[in-house]
Amino acid sequence: MTHGNGNGRPLQLTAKDFKSDQEVRWCPGCGDYAILSALQSFMPELGIPRERLVFISGIGCAARFPYYMETYGMHSIHGRAPAIATGLSVSRPDLSVWVVTGDGDALSIGGNHLIHALRRNVNIKILLFNNQIYGLTKGQYSPTSELGKVTKSTPMGSLDYPFNPISLALGAEATFAARSIDTDKRHLTEVLRKASAHRGAAFVEIYQNCNVYNDGAFDAVREQRENRIVLEHGRRIRFGADGERGVIQRADGSCELVDVADVGEEALVVHDENQEHPSLAFALSRLAHTPHGPTPIGVFRNVDRPVYDELMQEQLASAAQLSGEGDLEALLHDGDTWRVDGH
Amino acid sequence: MTKPVEKLDQVIIRFAGDSGDGMQLTGSRFTSETAAFGNDLSTLPDFPAEIRAPAGSLPGVSGFQIQFSDHDILTPGDAPDVLVAMNPAALRTNVGDLPKGGTLIVNRDAFTERNLQKAGFEGNPLEDGSLAEYHLHEVPLTNLTLEALKSIDITKREAERSKNMFALGLMSWLYNRPTEGTLSYIERKFATRPLIAEANTIAFKAGYAYGETTEDFAVSYEVGPAKLPPGTYRNVTGNQALAMGLIAASTQSGLPLFLGAYPITPASGILEDLARRKNFGVRTFQAEDEIAAVGAALGASFGGALAVSTSSGPGVVLKSETIGLAVALELPLLILDIQRAGPSTGMPTKPEQSDLLMVLYGRNAESPVPVVAASTPGGCFDAAIEAARIALKYRTPVFLLSDAYLANGSEPWLLPDVSSLPDISVLFATEPNVDGEFWPYIRDESTLARQWAIPGTPGLEHRIGGLEKQDGTGNVSYDPDNHDHMVRLRARKVAGIAADIPELDVDDPDGARLLVLGWGGTYGPIAAAVRRVRQGGGRVAHAQLIHLNPFPRNTGDVLRRYDRVLVPEMNLGQLLKLVRAEFLVDAVGYNRVRGLPFRSDELANAIEAML
Repeated sequence: MTHGNGNGRPLQLTAKDFKSDQEVRWCPGCGDYAILSALQSFMPELGIPRERLVFISGIGCAARFPYYMETYGMHSIHGRAPAIATGLSVSRPDLSVWVVTGDGDALSIGGNHLIHALRRNVNIKILLFNNQIYGLTKGQYSPTSELGKVTKSTPMGSLDYPFNPISLALGAEATFAARSIDTDKRHLTEVLRKASAHRGAAFVEIYQNCNVYNDGAFDAVREQRENRIVLEHGRRIRFGADGERGVIQRADGSCELVDVADVGEEALVVHDENQEHPSLAFALSRLAHTPHGPTPIGVFRNVDRPVYDELMQEQLASAAQLSGEGDLEALLHDGDTWRVDGH
Repeated sequence: MTKPVEKLDQVIIRFAGDSGDGMQLTGSRFTSETAAFGNDLSTLPDFPAEIRAPAGSLPGVSGFQIQFSDHDILTPGDAPDVLVAMNPAALRTNVGDLPKGGTLIVNRDAFTERNLQKAGFEGNPLEDGSLAEYHLHEVPLTNLTLEALKSIDITKREAERSKNMFALGLMSWLYNRPTEGTLSYIERKFATRPLIAEANTIAFKAGYAYGETTEDFAVSYEVGPAKLPPGTYRNVTGNQALAMGLIAASTQSGLPLFLGAYPITPASGILEDLARRKNFGVRTFQAEDEIAAVGAALGASFGGALAVSTSSGPGVVLKSETIGLAVALELPLLILDIQRAGPSTGMPTKPEQSDLLMVLYGRNAESPVPVVAASTPGGCFDAAIEAARIALKYRTPVFLLSDAYLANGSEPWLLPDVSSLPDISVLFATEPNVDGEFWPYIRDESTLARQWAIPGTPGLEHRIGGLEKQDGTGNVSYDPDNHDHMVRLRARKVAGIAADIPELDVDDPDGARLLVLGWGGTYGPIAAAVRRVRQGGGRVAHAQLIHLNPFPRNTGDVLRRYDRVLVPEMNLGQLLKLVRAEFLVDAVGYNRVRGLPFRSDELANAIEAML
C-alpha cells in the first residue's frame, strides 16, 4: 500500500515495520499473539505513517500490547486508557488513537470511562480482548465470567451476573460495535478495517483464549464454526454447517434462532448495520449472553454521528472567528479597569 | 438638600441575607463601584454550599464582606464596622461579629413573627432593646422597594427581589460610591428582560434617594482613593487570576492549553472561565469523573499540550494514581487544588490549608511532585505561570495550591506588563538521540529532564508506561540497581529545582528575634497582623513560602537565624511538621480550622504572646 506521509516520501510499510524490538512476553499459546499478528499485518493497509499512530492501554495481559507495536504508545494505569486516549485524540486530531484493553480493564475498573468515551463518540478505536478471566493476577473471575464460575476468588462459584459487552456498548450509545475472534484472522481483519474507517468511537470485542486460566472459554464459537452467526451487512442472517439455521425478528423486536426450513428464507432478518435505531443490533447482541452456543460475530452497528473531536475543533474555530484570535493583553484588560497615576 | 460628608480612612462592610436575597451580587457590585473609585479593597464572600437552604433559616444565610480604604490593605478585615442584615437569620448569625458602637442596617419588613421564629429569636430584637449598643437603622426595605416599583408591570415577587438593589443604592449613597457602573451593569445583565432591568434601576435609584432624603441618615461618608503603585488595575478573584494565568502560561509556552476537569466547589469557576476562552485555542473537557479529568489531561500532555486538571481535595485524592503515572512517565502536568475544609465532603465553600501533606505524600511509593502555593488572589496569576514553568522545564507533574478564600476573595490587581512575562517555551525532540534511535529517557544533565518527543514526530516512535524503566532506553526493567537509581534520580530531579526558584524573602525591617513563617493564602492576614504588631512597637519578621517542594534553598538559613519561629496554618500543623523534620528547628504552630480565614487581630495576639 502506498500513501503520502506528508513529507514527500511514499509510504510503503509492511507488517514487519510495526514490530518493535521488544521481546513479546505473553504465555505460549495465548490468544494475544494472534491478535498482535493480525493487527501488525493490517496496519500497513491503513496508509497512516507510524508516527501518527498511538496505542494506549491500561493494565492487564492485553495492556502489554503497545510495547510490541513500533508506533507511539503508552502503557498506562488500570482502566484509564479511554480517558487518556480521549485527551490525546481531542487535542491531536491528526493522530490515529487506539485503545487496547481487556474485560477487567474496560468493563470493571474502567467501565465509567468506556461508556463515556462511547457516548461522546470520541475518535478512538477500542479493542477489548475478552478472555472472561483475570489473567495477569492469576485467575480471578472477571465481569464477563459466566454466573457460577469457579475461580480462585470464587471457590463456590461466581455470584456476579456477567456483562454482555456488545449490549453494554450499544446501551452506551456506541456508533460502532463489533465482535470477532482471535484466531480468525480474515474475519478480525475485516472488522478492524471497518472499525478504522468509522468516524468516531469504534468498539471491537475480540474473543481471546487464555490457555492458562480459562482455556476453551470460547470453544463453542472458536472451534465449532457452525455456532458462528456471521453478521453481514445487507444479507439475511443464516448460520450452521450448511446455513440451515437462521435468525428471525419477533413482533416484540427480539430475535430468535430458527431452522430456515421451518420459516422460509424470506422470513429471515436482513442485517442492517447502518440502521439508525439500535434495536436490531441490540436484539442480535441478546442472542447469546455468553458465547456458549450460537453467537453473532461481525459488525452489529455502524452509524454516523457527530464526532466529539471534530465538534470541539469547530467550536475553537468559531470562537476564534467570533471573538478574534486570543490576545493576552486584551484578556487581562477585559472588564472594569482603572488607572492609578504616579505620585 | 446637602448632608455633611465625613471622611474615613477605611471601612469594613458586611452584607448578609438569605441566600435567595442576592447578597453576593450586591457585594460584588459594591466592590466594583469601590474599585472604580480607586480605593484599595479586599473582599470575602461567605456563603453556604446549599444553593437555596430553606428561606429565612440560619444555614441559608449568605454574606459578603468588603474592606476598602485610602491606603493599601491586606485583608477583608476582621470585624465589620457596618452590618447590613436583610432578615432576622442574617442578624442572628452576624451580629456577634459587630463591635459595640457599630452601624447596623436592617430590613425591618423581614422581621416578621415567622422569620423571627425561624431564626430562633424569642422576641423581636428590634423592639426589646437588645440592639441598643449599635447605631441601628431600621429601614423598611421591602415596602420601600414595592412602593417604588408599583407602576412597573411585574409581579409582587419580582418586585420584592429588587430589594437588594435598593439596599445597594442606599449603601452607595452612604459611602459616596460612583453609580454609573452598576446602572450599566443592570442594563447588560437584564438586556433581554427590559421590565426587570427597569425595576432594578428604579430600586437602586430609590435606595440612593432614600439615603439623601431620610432623616435616619444624617451624614454620609467618604473614603478617599488609595495611593497604590501606578498602573492599570482591575479587581480579580483568585480563580479568575488562575484562569488568566493558565492562558498566559499557554501563550508564553507556545503550547495549546488543555483542561480536564470535573465540577467541584470551589474550583468550578476556573473551568467555567476557561470554557469561555476557546478563541485562545483552549480545550476544556468536562470529564465523567475526577479520574478521567486528569487522565485526559495526561493524554493531552503526551500529545504536547500544556495540560491541566483543576479540582479540590476530595477530587484530587481520586487523581493520585494518575499523578503517580505522570511522575513515572515524566510528563508535564498541572494539578490545581483549590483547598476546602475537610475531611471528606467537609465544608465545600470554606477555606482550609489541610491538603499540603496529601499533595506531597498522598501517592503510592516514592513519588516526588513539586508544589507551588498562591498567596493572594492576584498572585494566583503568577503562581499559574510558575507552576507551568516548572512542569514544562522539568517534565513533571506540579501541584498548585490555592484555597476557597483566595478563590472567591478579590482585590485590586496591578495588571502585569505582558512583554515582561517569562518565556517558558520548550523544545520537543525532533531527532534520534542514540545511534539513530530515540531513547525517551535520555536526560538534560543540568535539569535531569528527559527528552520529550511527541507523537507525529517521524522516527522517534517510542513507548512509555507506568512499569519501572531502564534509565535512558525507557525499556521495562526489574533490575534492582536500576530501580534504586531511578527512585533517587526522580527525587534528585525535583530537589534540584531549588536552584531554579527564588530565595525565601524575609520582611524584617527591625532585626527581629521572632519569625512568622506562613505559606500560601494566609499571606494577607499574617502580613496585616505583623503590621499591627509593629505599629505597637513589636519587632517581628515575616516570610511567606510560595514554593513548598522543594523549599527555597535558603529556607534553613532563614529559620536558624531567628530565636523563635511561629508557623500559623489553617490546619493542625502540616508545614510545621515539615520544617521541624527538614530543618530541625523548634518552630511552634498557631492552628485554626474554623473554615474561615485568620483574623489579623488573633494572629497579632499570637505573635505578641511570643515576643
